[in-house]
Amino acid sequence: MPGVPISWYLILSAVLFALGVSGFLLRRNIITVFMSIELMLNAVNLAFITFSYQFKQVDGQIFSFFVMVVAAAEAAVGLAIILTVFKNRRTLNIDDVSTLKN
Amino acid sequence: MDVILFLIFAVIAVVCGINVVVQSHPISSAISLVGVMGSLAVLYLLLGAEFLAAAQVIVYAGAVMVLFIFVIMLLNAGGEIRHGRSIMAQVLGIPLLFAFLGLMAFFVQRLFPSTALVHFGAFQHGGAQDVGRALFTRFLLPFEVISVLILIAILGAVVLARKELE
Repeated sequence: MPGVPISWYLILSAVLFALGVSGFLLRRNIITVFMSIELMLNAVNLAFITFSYQFKQVDGQIFSFFVMVVAAAEAAVGLAIILTVFKNRRTLNIDDVSTLKN
Repeated sequence: MDVILFLIFAVIAVVCGINVVVQSHPISSAISLVGVMGSLAVLYLLLGAEFLAAAQVIVYAGAVMVLFIFVIMLLNAGGEIRHGRSIMAQVLGIPLLFAFLGLMAFFVQRLFPSTALVHFGAFQHGGAQDVGRALFTRFLLPFEVISVLILIAILGAVVLARKELE
């Protein structure tokens, strides 16, 4: 029974990470930018679990578990910040939130 | 069978990932992101990480995405208006992205020879028992620290999102 090469999983992880980076850089909606960050975190999780399989150790999965917890905490705090920004500025476009630039 | 399952769910993940980036309305992006997370959960199962596949579906596809969709609907976010796109970004960015991916694929192929194969069921230590034993023995300190982090995050979210008292 043929299996899947390890490198395919890692390349899939790289593709998803690159998509997350391009979404982070190209999009102007603050919520979509945030979703791109989640996409990048997921891609990294896939790489960790692939290495956990490669080395036949559970450590990579534990690390991936911690990344998941941090992502959940980040989502809660980040969405609260988005709510506050929207309450103060009435906009979700990140080009309009540029007080620090000047 | 392994190859077919991998290809099906890898294609779903990549297509949904592209959809996250190109859709103009946040709700469409959020639904596509659920697709990415669901297909990644299947790939985790193929790699023998049963506990994390379940956690992925419950935590990401369940809790985090519900939070996202809740905020999108609460703020009544519309489609994004595109203006002032830099031409440089389009001319240089997309070829550079593909060059980066090609280089990455080349190095990964060199580092991991094609003899290293993933077989479903070859790694049996990804269940709740083994993950739990590792979490509560060798990784006990990080586990406790991250519980404090969650507590701080909850407090921060409540403080940021509450209504100001007069």
